[in-house]
Amino acid sequence: MSTLATARPANYLSVDPGVMSWLLTKDHKRIGILYLVSISVFFLVGAVSAAVIRLSLFTPEGALLHGQAYNKMFSLHGISMIFFFLIPSIPAVLGNFLLPLMIGARDVAFPRLNLLSWYIFVLGGASTLIAATTGGVDTGWTFYTPFSSIYSNTNVTLTAVGVFITGFSSILTGLNFLVTIHKMRAPGLSWSRLPLFVWAHYATSLIMILGTPVVAITLLMVGLERGLGIGLFDPALGGDPILFQHLFWFYSHPAVYIMILPSMGVVSEVIACFSRKRIFGYEFVAGSSLAIAVIGFFVWGHHMFVSGQSVYAGLVFSLLSFLVAIPSGVKVFNWTATLYKGSVAYHAPMLYALGFIGLFTIGGLTGLFLATLGTDVHLTDTYFVVAHFHYIMVGGAITGFMGGLHFWWPKITGWLYPEGWSRAAALLLFVGFNLTFFPQFILGYNGMLRRTYTYPPEFQVLNVMSTAGASILAVGYLIPVIYLLWSLRYGQAAGPNPWGATGLEWTAPSPPPPGNFEKIPVVTEEAYAYSTMETRRA
Amino acid sequence: MLFGLRLFPEQASTMAGQVDALLLFLLAVSLFFIGLIFLTVIVFAIRYRRRSEAERPQPIHGSLPLELLWTIIPLGLALVMFGWGAWLYFALNRPPADAMEVFVVAKQWMWKFQHPSGMREINELHVPLGRPVKVTMTSEDAIHSFGVSDFRIKMDVVPGRYTTAWFEATKPGEYRLGCAEYCGTEHAKMVGRVVVMRPEAYEAWLRGAPTGISLAAAGEKVFQQNGCAACHLSAGAGPGPSLAGIFGKPVKLATGQTVTADDAYLRESILDPQAKLVAGYPPIMPSLKGMLGEEQVTQLLAYIKSLAADQKAKAAP
Repeated sequence: MSTLATARPANYLSVDPGVMSWLLTKDHKRIGILYLVSISVFFLVGAVSAAVIRLSLFTPEGALLHGQAYNKMFSLHGISMIFFFLIPSIPAVLGNFLLPLMIGARDVAFPRLNLLSWYIFVLGGASTLIAATTGGVDTGWTFYTPFSSIYSNTNVTLTAVGVFITGFSSILTGLNFLVTIHKMRAPGLSWSRLPLFVWAHYATSLIMILGTPVVAITLLMVGLERGLGIGLFDPALGGDPILFQHLFWFYSHPAVYIMILPSMGVVSEVIACFSRKRIFGYEFVAGSSLAIAVIGFFVWGHHMFVSGQSVYAGLVFSLLSFLVAIPSGVKVFNWTATLYKGSVAYHAPMLYALGFIGLFTIGGLTGLFLATLGTDVHLTDTYFVVAHFHYIMVGGAITGFMGGLHFWWPKITGWLYPEGWSRAAALLLFVGFNLTFFPQFILGYNGMLRRTYTYPPEFQVLNVMSTAGASILAVGYLIPVIYLLWSLRYGQAAGPNPWGATGLEWTAPSPPPPGNFEKIPVVTEEAYAYSTMETRRA
Repeated sequence: MLFGLRLFPEQASTMAGQVDALLLFLLAVSLFFIGLIFLTVIVFAIRYRRRSEAERPQPIHGSLPLELLWTIIPLGLALVMFGWGAWLYFALNRPPADAMEVFVVAKQWMWKFQHPSGMREINELHVPLGRPVKVTMTSEDAIHSFGVSDFRIKMDVVPGRYTTAWFEATKPGEYRLGCAEYCGTEHAKMVGRVVVMRPEAYEAWLRGAPTGISLAAAGEKVFQQNGCAACHLSAGAGPGPSLAGIFGKPVKLATGQTVTADDAYLRESILDPQAKLVAGYPPIMPSLKGMLGEEQVTQLLAYIKSLAADQKAKAAP
């Protein structure tokens, strides 16, 4: 195999393997790899803390952690998973790697800015990791005031600084993607021919640019109150604690769409490829991404139905939350219809994509229970909410990320991973995930509250089920790590297009050369022209 | 409950059944769509599985009627959910006029209750069966949340302002009260119980407990001790407005606006007197912020309300 590797034509991996050349690279593909390595660190931190939480909840009194130690653990889990894994996951890794390839460009619009945004991410991540290792933080990822600004005696400021810094990485990436998509499409690649992955990243980038500054300034305000005693949120200082929630959710609800839209983009690509069909209702799937991005900015108040905000505000936010659910439903229906009369193959990426449809459907529908005012009062702040958003963020976003990683792994590395293992891992993930999180819906309905290290004994059976499921889920994540790394040494050469997929990225060699294409391609047909592929090949 | 497995919470308030009915409706709709999607995906995936590598299915571009169908039907169902949920939310947020009132002060990590009779309790709230109870709540530190899942109610308890919730218990028993908003180290242990008693038993409990003076009488003491009476003479001749009969009435402000003298307004005027100055009075009242605890403020409010009641009693004959 190693002789084969050296026999491969020069590609972005082999062209200059020195450490400095990686650290100073402006190649979007290498930057994607840098992100992959860094977010994997945070995934590990988030996953280990999740494991500790689940083990501790094995018994009603809390088997491992109590009080502040437990609170720090769930805060670490939420902060590392949301700000440092989920938000950058698909955009920064797959988006960076694939957007220029998909639109027939040699790089993103601002390659230096792209590298800068990685350094900013690392700086922010390092601050947060230092905060975590030098005492930790106990505010949860939500930083609710006045607890975070006045009452918590943990490393709130340094953690917030880390999240604040990382936000700029997100803003710059969004900016880079928007300009790239607008200005650098290959000749003939009109908007109506764009792959849905690109459409999804366009919508995501809009949210990154418009939403992230708000959370940055909000965390700055927490720092000002905490450090300088400037009264912004604490009523004792003349501030308004609910104002924080408005500002925080103005970003953090759209942030959910930063996590899920790119995943939806992946699912569209994968389903088209493994059904060999054009995506049913392409325009509606593309348009629904934009609709979600826009309406998603006006639903933040649904996190505050029991905060004491006006009941009329609740009314408006509830209605808008129902409206944002419709485009998500449209996507699910269109993906399902794409399978109709297709040629469906069950490779690992497809199993992840089908798993995504199922888990996202459950996650989305349980969201309706929380958008409904009268039932949210009972369910909010319980494990029902925990289950719901894990169905969206893990069942949706991470399943999509895994699907995407498996789909483009041969393109990124040039190697194939073992079929059997990868299918088994996808199935294991689905089973483990449902066993972990489905019982939490029932726990929540029965009144088990979030963020508590103890719980009434009658909830133990369901908690034990959830912990058992988490151990299966862990294996489902571990197996791919092993065989993907294995493939780097022992895998078979993938060739440019192992799946027989449409899309410009598959016309480049695997792994692609530094400038992606020998000659900038000219696009003459719509995305997903699977029916004409064979004739073109011949 | 079976082997420690609990699937359904108690229905112990008048609203519990109504919330569960809506939940059941949502569950039915969800199960229908989950079944529809799962079944369709599985059937399509099996029926149209790839049989040969040479397969090239005919492209289908889409269908406007189908897009309209799966936009309009879910939208219609969503509007039903929205309307039903909103109706219930208003009911959950509007306490009946005859509700018995209890003041709640939350702090890290305990619940303090004050009954109108002056009875105080910590982490335990005794209430009579079959009578609506309104809780008026505030916090002395972080945000907490008053949640009783067997009643299907929850409301955040926010420092610096009042929030309210209400319930009418329908079954005698003890129900878990939990803090639902994360509030720090012992958030998990900020639990209490609501003890629902039959009216006779409740009356006996009230008599048996070592009650001090009523909330309003305690408020009158606070009123005297802090020198409020010097300006707020009941006849209205002092430098401050009379408080007799003021509760629940419109008040004209110096800015020309009119506000209702409810709990929130009176609380603000005690702690931040210049925020909403009554028309015709000079801004001379000092703030009582830092001098009065939240519990004393609620006692003052009870006293001011009792003045309103006196006024009504006088007006009646």
